[in-house]
Amino acid sequence: MSSVTALNGATSNGIINVADAGLMGMITLRGDLASAGMAKAVKAATGSPMPAMRQITTGKSGAAAWMSSDELLLMVDYADADAVVAKISKSLGAAHHLAVNVSDARAVFNLPGDQIRDVLAKGSPADMSNDAFPIGEVRRTRIGQLAVAFWFTDAQNAKLVCFRSVGGHIMRWLENASEIGSEVGFH
Amino acid sequence: MSTRLATGGRLINRARSVEFSFDGKRLSGYEGDTLASALLANGETLVGRSFKYHRPRGIIASGPEEPNALVGTGEGGTFEPNQRATTTEVFNGLTANSQNAWPSLQFDIGGINRIMSRVFPAGFYYKTFMYPRFAWKHVFEPFIRKAAGLGAAPTGKDVDKYEYFYAHVDVLIVGGGTSGLAAALEAGRSGAKVLVLEQTNTWGGRAPVDGVDINGVSAEDWITDAVSELSNMDNVTLRTRTMGAGVYDHGWATGYERLTDHAPEIGGPRHRLWRIRAKRIVTMTGAIERPLSFAGNDVPGVMLAGAVRDYATNYGTSCGDVMVVATNNDDAYRTAIAQVQAGLSVAAILDARVMADGALVAQARDMGIRVETGAAISKVKGSKHVTGVAICAQAGEGTPTEEIKCDVVAMSGGWSPIVHLWSHCGGKLNWDADQAMFRPDPARPPLGADGNGFVIVGGTANGYLDAASAMKDAVAQGRKAAKEAGHKPAVAKAVKAVSVAESAIEPIWQMPQGMSVKLQTKTFLDYQNDVKVSDVRLAAREGYESVEHTKRYTTLGMATDQGKLSNINGLAILADSLNAEIPQVGTTTFRPPYHPISMGAIAGDARGDLFKPIRKTPMHEWITENGGFFEPVADWRRPYCYQHEGESVKDAVHREIINTRTNVGLLDASTLGKIIVKGPDAGKFLDMMYTNMMSTLKVGRCRYGLMCTENGFLSDDGVVARLDDETFLCHTTSGGSDRIHAWMEEWLQTEWWDWKVYTANVTEQYAQIAVVGPNARKVLEKLGGMDLSAEALPFMAFKEGEIGGIKARPFRISFSGELSYEIAVPASDGQAFWDMCIEAGAEFGIQPYGTECLHVMRAEKGFIMIGDETDGTVIPQDLNMQWALSKKKDDYLGKRAQQRSHMADPSRWKLVGLKTVTPTDVIPDGAYATDGTIRDNGVKHMIGRVTSTYYSPTLDRGIAMGLVEFGPDRMGEIIDFPTLDGKIIKAEICDPVFLDPEGARQNV
Repeated sequence: MSSVTALNGATSNGIINVADAGLMGMITLRGDLASAGMAKAVKAATGSPMPAMRQITTGKSGAAAWMSSDELLLMVDYADADAVVAKISKSLGAAHHLAVNVSDARAVFNLPGDQIRDVLAKGSPADMSNDAFPIGEVRRTRIGQLAVAFWFTDAQNAKLVCFRSVGGHIMRWLENASEIGSEVGFH
Repeated sequence: MSTRLATGGRLINRARSVEFSFDGKRLSGYEGDTLASALLANGETLVGRSFKYHRPRGIIASGPEEPNALVGTGEGGTFEPNQRATTTEVFNGLTANSQNAWPSLQFDIGGINRIMSRVFPAGFYYKTFMYPRFAWKHVFEPFIRKAAGLGAAPTGKDVDKYEYFYAHVDVLIVGGGTSGLAAALEAGRSGAKVLVLEQTNTWGGRAPVDGVDINGVSAEDWITDAVSELSNMDNVTLRTRTMGAGVYDHGWATGYERLTDHAPEIGGPRHRLWRIRAKRIVTMTGAIERPLSFAGNDVPGVMLAGAVRDYATNYGTSCGDVMVVATNNDDAYRTAIAQVQAGLSVAAILDARVMADGALVAQARDMGIRVETGAAISKVKGSKHVTGVAICAQAGEGTPTEEIKCDVVAMSGGWSPIVHLWSHCGGKLNWDADQAMFRPDPARPPLGADGNGFVIVGGTANGYLDAASAMKDAVAQGRKAAKEAGHKPAVAKAVKAVSVAESAIEPIWQMPQGMSVKLQTKTFLDYQNDVKVSDVRLAAREGYESVEHTKRYTTLGMATDQGKLSNINGLAILADSLNAEIPQVGTTTFRPPYHPISMGAIAGDARGDLFKPIRKTPMHEWITENGGFFEPVADWRRPYCYQHEGESVKDAVHREIINTRTNVGLLDASTLGKIIVKGPDAGKFLDMMYTNMMSTLKVGRCRYGLMCTENGFLSDDGVVARLDDETFLCHTTSGGSDRIHAWMEEWLQTEWWDWKVYTANVTEQYAQIAVVGPNARKVLEKLGGMDLSAEALPFMAFKEGEIGGIKARPFRISFSGELSYEIAVPASDGQAFWDMCIEAGAEFGIQPYGTECLHVMRAEKGFIMIGDETDGTVIPQDLNMQWALSKKKDDYLGKRAQQRSHMADPSRWKLVGLKTVTPTDVIPDGAYATDGTIRDNGVKHMIGRVTSTYYSPTLDRGIAMGLVEFGPDRMGEIIDFPTLDGKIIKAEICDPVFLDPEGARQNV
């Protein structure tokens, strides 16, 4: 298959590095997050427990990120997304929910480097300190003028997701914000 | 004149000299100099011309309050006007140029205004340029524009980079003087997250200049220790060259960091705008010295006493050999003492107070300095520089008793706490009559969301002018900030500051107190805008009582310095003129930023290719490489047409239309909004959102629908597909996807929160590619994978499956009147599918087409376009779309509004087709139809307007749609469309469907 990401493998190097994370399966799941059925469906889909507010949980076959009080973003293998949607809908049955494959609607970035928090703080008004935004949490926020979500996978790495049509803009933004000489030294 | 002293200068490094230029003259200074200190060291005391009278002006201050020494720095792409010499650090290669002078600083023609100053009183513009009315635009304004304005606008594109930085802290401390450092130590030791901003490149503020001792050591040593302790705290961030610019609601503050102004060669962003969220904002911003109001107080060489001392102590620079001090307080005596200690001379201290008996006064007298009490300056002598002063009694009218020769006048009218940041969000002030100043009222701070004050003020800025009490207050406020931010202050360590005690100030608002009108016209309050004592008094006589009105009438405090030196003196004069007390007159409003910040910092990184995000479809690159001529469609860029080599845009559009109607065309329709609506109540919900019935739509079928606002006006349209019992896919216009999604969510979240419906915006999940034209089916059948026959996929149906090996959902919908498939494929496969279509379609004559072709084809079919046929005032009835308004439904959004009398008025302009009588005529966009009568107001009576108008290559004639009064009842009538060039285009009213009304072309 000739599926391509919006970034088409782009990378840049600076005070942090920026790289196209490739195709990732993503599912918007809306429903009653407090229900046992939902927790079961999330577990079955990703292997991860139901994330609490602002959290992201990871499991054997994926991750689940809290997006709002009735919405999750599930992350699975790209090739599995449709099957997982079907599995979730079957599992939830008549319970009111919405599960939809949005894998191709996004661009995903890997951001390795030890100044990620400083670079992201040039565009996002979220509190980027380790105390306020520890590993295991996710933020739905903005970078400059655009909506994004990101989270830290460890002290040296973050993942960022934005809409596909503006992937190029975010790439340029990250490249610009991580130019050598623009270190902030705050976080 | 001013010069460099042989020794001294705590901030300069005499081992490293730097070369710079001023008005083309090559000069040298030392590392650590400001442009102001370096100019003074080079004897350059004339630095600019004033705004209105073009009077010669020199450096008056040593900090951001400087009103006169404004220069343009840099050249070409680095040029920036209105930079203060006092806050500009010199570096090798700095170029600075004076402003507002022509042809030269020394000889300036505008100086004629000075001689004319008698005819430029307050409110001169308002009074003079009223009549005749036309003259304002053609005579007065061009003249004033030419003469006015400080500095020149840059002509080159800014070559520098700028950025934002968002920071969240417990305690933000603005000001890195001894107070700020002491407060930072308290907050830092409590464990609070602290950010300290200092606008200069040096910590410690004025204390080292004023000879303060702290905890038994010099201020300088204490500062070194404090900075070292703070630097070692992980929870404390220190930033020099970063000014606290503004305080806003909810604990929000901005900081203006100047990273490379002092050293452009280091690269990186030039300025960084800090956007800070703090639990508590502590302002330790110190105080500004006030000038005294005496005649000639603007002559170069007349300076603030504190600034003169700064130049000597900090930069080893004397401002003159022979000094006269004019003062109403003890602090200025420090300047006289420093002058003598530097081996220079003080001709006299003119103390306006009758009694002067403080310790500093005694010290000056002991040093043999002549001290005159009850004395004043009658007039300063000299024009381009001070040559002397005439002295008089403060109590009198200014009759000179003696003339004293001098080359520098150091004046001090007392100190005003810098309350700007305290007041930006509404912190209130009290008038302190004893110290003759406004000071913050800690009981009335700006309030945060929790009802408590979120700004804390301390130290000198809080009205404690002596070192001991300022330090005591700073420590207390630092602890308070830490505590209020949720931290426990550590055990207190005593911090004791000591300075020489001072005796009381005496408020002096003009010098001498009974100054004649003649002297008043030479006594400046606002140096930058040339506002004199006489102007404020005139405004008061003319009835201006409010300080805000007086400010605008006289322009007092309206220049780029925002009246840092002039406001208090001006309102004191106003109060005196009105026989009111100063607190009754009050201050003008303090607004951010404290000091001008660069436009670049405000813009941040939003410039060049990052100025505005552009949305790109999966085929954007291909389109760019294949002749796409783009137009903006919302935030997207869509190809208007694809130009072949040497082809005009118009020809390309015509070719695309003919080809699509004859062979087959390919359209990138990915920008169409796509919203999933799912749930047991989804049908009920869509029945409310759309004017027509959606709940009855069968699974696998599509229906076109209209959306109205609750006011009945058309808002959006599109095709709805029912994916399964509970799930609908709603297509919106390209510009409407986010808006309609938000619109749906708003209704679901605020009105129908108990309806079981979820929505998701999946616009970007799919590339949507329309294959359109008689050969469309052949192309897709060649790709294979799905039965696309008329029977298997009839008009207004869709299917799921694979085409050419790619997961696809083809919709049999048509916006062109042709056989048409819109195929949704995963966005990641969009380019691959597009390539396959181009390749497979080659033998069938496939060509991509753009938005203009789409527009013309839909107009040929009489299809409306949201934004063309609608403009926010059009209802479906105007477009004869009653068929899309369900009568079976109790309600839909807009239904009630459409029943109101004006909406139901039969004379509303209604949609018709328009055929130009001369087929080659095309009605211009936006043309109005007239009936030949003239209205009472003299304009032609209009009976309609064009909404879409094109040349149709298919029909080879001009076609249009328009809204016309009683239009549908006037079929066959010919109406007039006057054009801007005076002609009239005649058009026949007709059915808007110009092509294939039976639908034979698409139903195949």
